Amino acid sequence: MTSIDVESFPVEGSDSGPILEVNDLVTSFATPRGRLTAVNHVSFALDRGETLGVVGESGSGKTVLSRSILNLLPSKGLEQSGSVIFDGTDMLTAPKDVLRTLWGARISMIFQDPMSSLNPVVRIERQITETLRLHLKMDRKEAKATAVALLDQVGIPSPAERVRNYPYQLSGGMRQRVMIAIAIACSPRLVLADEPTTSLDVTVQAQILDLLAAMKAERNMSMILVSHDLGVVATRADRIAVMYGGRIVEIAPTKTLFASMAMPYTQALIGSTPRISQASHVRLTAIEGRPPDLVNPPQGCAFAPRCPYATEQCRTDVPPLVAARNNAAHLYACWNPLSGSGGTVSTQGGASS
Amino acid sequence: MSSSLDHQSGVETLDAAPSPVRKGLGVLFWVCVAWIGIVVLGAILASVVGLQDPNYQGFSAINAGPSTAHWFGTDDLGRDIFSRVVYGARVSLTIGFGAMAIGMLVGGSLGMVAAYRRGAVDTFVSAASYVMLAFPALVAVIAIVAFWGHSLWKITIIIGVASIPLVYRVVRASTLSYATREFVTAAKAQGATDWRILTRELLPNVMPSIISFFLIGVASVIILEGALAFLGLSVQPPTASWGNMINESRTYLSSNPWLVIFPSLAMVLFLVALNLVGDVLRSALDPQDGKL
Repeated sequence: MTSIDVESFPVEGSDSGPILEVNDLVTSFATPRGRLTAVNHVSFALDRGETLGVVGESGSGKTVLSRSILNLLPSKGLEQSGSVIFDGTDMLTAPKDVLRTLWGARISMIFQDPMSSLNPVVRIERQITETLRLHLKMDRKEAKATAVALLDQVGIPSPAERVRNYPYQLSGGMRQRVMIAIAIACSPRLVLADEPTTSLDVTVQAQILDLLAAMKAERNMSMILVSHDLGVVATRADRIAVMYGGRIVEIAPTKTLFASMAMPYTQALIGSTPRISQASHVRLTAIEGRPPDLVNPPQGCAFAPRCPYATEQCRTDVPPLVAARNNAAHLYACWNPLSGSGGTVSTQGGASS
Repeated sequence: MSSSLDHQSGVETLDAAPSPVRKGLGVLFWVCVAWIGIVVLGAILASVVGLQDPNYQGFSAINAGPSTAHWFGTDDLGRDIFSRVVYGARVSLTIGFGAMAIGMLVGGSLGMVAAYRRGAVDTFVSAASYVMLAFPALVAVIAIVAFWGHSLWKITIIIGVASIPLVYRVVRASTLSYATREFVTAAKAQGATDWRILTRELLPNVMPSIISFFLIGVASVIILEGALAFLGLSVQPPTASWGNMINESRTYLSSNPWLVIFPSLAMVLFLVALNLVGDVLRSALDPQDGKL
C-alpha cells in the first residue's frame, strides 16, 4: 500500500471508490529535542460526498494531518511516509506542478483564522479571482462576475460593493465567508476545513457551519471538518475520527460514536464539554494531566497516563485500531473499551489482528 | 486631499459616512511633496525653460550677490548660481534616484526571494551581504571611483551597487515577517506559483516599507554624492552638482557666502522633504496602523 506508480499521476480521477484514502500516514518533524511524530500511522478512507469530522485537543495532530493530506507542510526537517491517495493521485509523491493543478481546483482548504489567511493589503475581489483565473482560465470580467456571484452565494450582503473591500473592513464571520467563497470557487471535490469556526463568535459559528454544509451539498463535495470541539462536528459529520497523540484512537459513524463510544478519551472529551443545564459556578470538568509529549511518546497507549481505566497492558503495549464486534464501521484503539456501551465485549480478539 | 491613498482607505462606496479616524497627511507633507515636485521638474526641464547656460562665464558680474538678473548671485567665474543649482539638481537627482533604483531592483529582489525561499539561497546571499556591509561603503566607493572613473553613469552604478546589501537587508527583514503568514500558505493551497506569491501576495505587503526606504535612501545617496564631490571624486567640473558647487565655493566662504548657502540650502531642504515624505508615507501606508 505504501508504494505507488510514480510514473503516472492521473489527474482525472474516476467517479467511483473513495475520494481520499490515507494509508499508514506518518508525519514527523525535526525539532531541537528530537523527532516529533505529529501524525502516527493514520489510515482512513473518505467516501464521495461524505463529511468526516476530526476531533482532538490541541497538539493531537489534527492540523498536521490536514496539511499532510494536501502535502502543504514546509519541507524543512519534514519526514512523511505512507500514502495519501486523493482521487487517484498520491499527494505525498506527486511533483509540485501536479499538486498546483490540484490545490484550489480539486482539493482546497479553509483555514482557522480568516484574518491571517486573507492578504491584508489585497482587495477581496482579487483574492477570489486569482484562483478562478488560474484554474478555470477565466478572463478578468468573467472572474469578477463570478467573484460577486460567489460572495452572494456565501451570504455576503451587497456583494458587488463588498468585492472592492479590504479584509480589515469585514467582520470575522464575513471574512470566513470570503475564505469559504475562495475555497469553493472552483468547485473542488474535497474541502478541508481546519477549525473553520474556532476564531469566530459562538453566534456566528452555527451560521458558518450551516453555510459549509449547504455549499457542500450544493456542489457535491466531500469534506473533512477538523475541530477541537466535538459539538461542532457532532451535527455536521457523517463520521467522526477522534485523534489523540497523533493517532486515530476511535472512528465511527456519528450516531454510533455517541451511542456506544469505546474509547475512554472520547468519553472524557464529551465529559469536558460544558453544558448549559449545569448550575453556575460549577467547576468545569477537565481531562487530568497533559497531552503526551510527541517527541518521547509513552510506551503503551498514549492516553494511559490520563486514563482512569488504564491497566499494566495499557502502559506497555500500543493498542491497535480494531473493529467493534457488532459494527465493522466502528474502529477503536483501546485495551479496555468502555463496556457500558454494549458494542464491545472483549478486547482480546482484536488484539491479535 | 488624500486622493492618492484612496486604494488604502477607499470605503466611500459602501460606508455612507466617512470614517472619523481617517485623517489627512498634514499640510507639511503636501508642502514637501510640492517642493520635491518642483525640484524634480526643474531638473528635468532645466534646458527647456531657458535658463542661462550654467557654464557661461559672465565677466560683468563676478562674485555678485543675489539680484534680479542673477537670483542667487554669481560665482567667482561669473556663472549664474541659480542656473547651476538647477542643473546641479539634475546630476544629484540622477545619481540619487538612479543608484537607489539599481539597489532596489537587485537588492530588493534578492531580499524578497531570500526571505521567501530561505535555505541555501538565503544563507549564501545573506553572507555575501554581510561581507559587503562590513566594508565601509564610502571607502569602497572612493576606491572604485578612483580606479574606474567619474562619469555620471559610473558613479550612479557604483553607488547603486554599494547600496544593494543595505536594501537587501531591509527588504529581506520586511518580507520575512510576511513570508510565514497564513495567507501565504493559503495562496499556496490555492495553487499559486512561487512567482505569483512573491509578486501578488508579498510585494503589496512590503511595498510601504520599500517606498519609504527608497525615498530615505535617495537622500542618503545625495549626501554620499556630496561627500564624493567634496573629495573631488564626483562628476568633474565644470559640470555642476550640489556637492561640487559646495566644494568649489568653500574657499570663498567668508567673502561670498551665497556661493555655499544656495546649493547647501537646496540640498538640505530637498533631503528634509524626502525624509519627511518617506516617513509619513510609511506610517500612512502601513495597514496595521489604526486600521484594525
